[in-house]
Amino acid sequence: MKSIHALTVEEHRDFEGARLGMWLFLLTELILFTGMFILYAMYRLKYSAEFHRASLELDVVIGTINTLVLLTSSLTVALSIEALKRNSRKLALWMLGATIFFALVFLVNKYFEWSAKIHHGIYPGSQELMQRSLGEVIYFNLYYSMTGLHGLHVLVGMVVLIWLFVLIARKSQKKYVVHNPHVEQLVGSEIAILKGEKDGWLVDKIGDNVEQVEIKITYEPKAGEVDLPNIIKLENAGLYWHLVDIIWIFLFPLFYLIS
Amino acid sequence: MSHHSHNEVHTIGYGVFIFVWLGLVVLTGLTVVISGVHIPKVAVLVALLVAATKSSLVVNYFMHIKYEARLFKVVLLMGIVTVTIFIGLTFFDVLYR
Repeated sequence: MKSIHALTVEEHRDFEGARLGMWLFLLTELILFTGMFILYAMYRLKYSAEFHRASLELDVVIGTINTLVLLTSSLTVALSIEALKRNSRKLALWMLGATIFFALVFLVNKYFEWSAKIHHGIYPGSQELMQRSLGEVIYFNLYYSMTGLHGLHVLVGMVVLIWLFVLIARKSQKKYVVHNPHVEQLVGSEIAILKGEKDGWLVDKIGDNVEQVEIKITYEPKAGEVDLPNIIKLENAGLYWHLVDIIWIFLFPLFYLIS
Repeated sequence: MSHHSHNEVHTIGYGVFIFVWLGLVVLTGLTVVISGVHIPKVAVLVALLVAATKSSLVVNYFMHIKYEARLFKVVLLMGIVTVTIFIGLTFFDVLYR
């Protein structure tokens, strides 16, 4: 006797939920950096003259260039998301590539900035720094830890954006997982999937020790079809990238522009 | 926009983003110029005000909070209120010690 079981294929997707999850994560990041900003504010209140003197040693030109680089990278990632939503994959990839490039430029600038300071003997715990007043020591310790933590975020963001570049360039794939609560019914039966009108049926036998039937179907979306799975990933990566930009928007005037 | 489906794709427009970016660049120039002018005491406040304006542009347009459902705005507001309490109470403690 032959019986036929229908299996349901469901696609679980909640873009709003995914974005909300990202926002909740961003709030934890906000709290992390707020802790450091509070520390900065309290010490600046106590050692305002020393903070001013120490800040004069930072290069305002490099700081301004890095601010513009990061702002522009925020623009390009926003444009990349918009392009992917409008189904212009090529423009999306160009804009994403530009974002990754700007991220790299920022990090290279930071490298030169830090190495110049270290070359002059100014780094946490250095002999040169220890001879200075306590306020200046605190300023540079905060400078290294805060821009360092921010730089780490830039690095992580860049890696995530590179990963997305690969995903989008490779084109989207979809996976379906089939669940059946009564798998024992499937023992000894055959499973058949219609591949397409020309390709016919794909048939496979189900063994005796079946616990779960999992069917993974991957296919490339048709031309003109919006790349939904990658849009949400890119959108969340973009949210993270903009947060990194916002942190720098505050770091820049607080460290480079103390008048 | 809460009546929309959860999985809908919204476009905003390339022009809006470029316009916002121009605003951010102008505000960056403004902070640099203002920092050169000697106005003790208020200088920090002005710098923070410009930074806050820039952030709100990024949050509203680049991070499209302006176009999100109310839930997102409430979540963000909760975060900002929490952080404000942290900062406020610490200042209160340090200043009146």
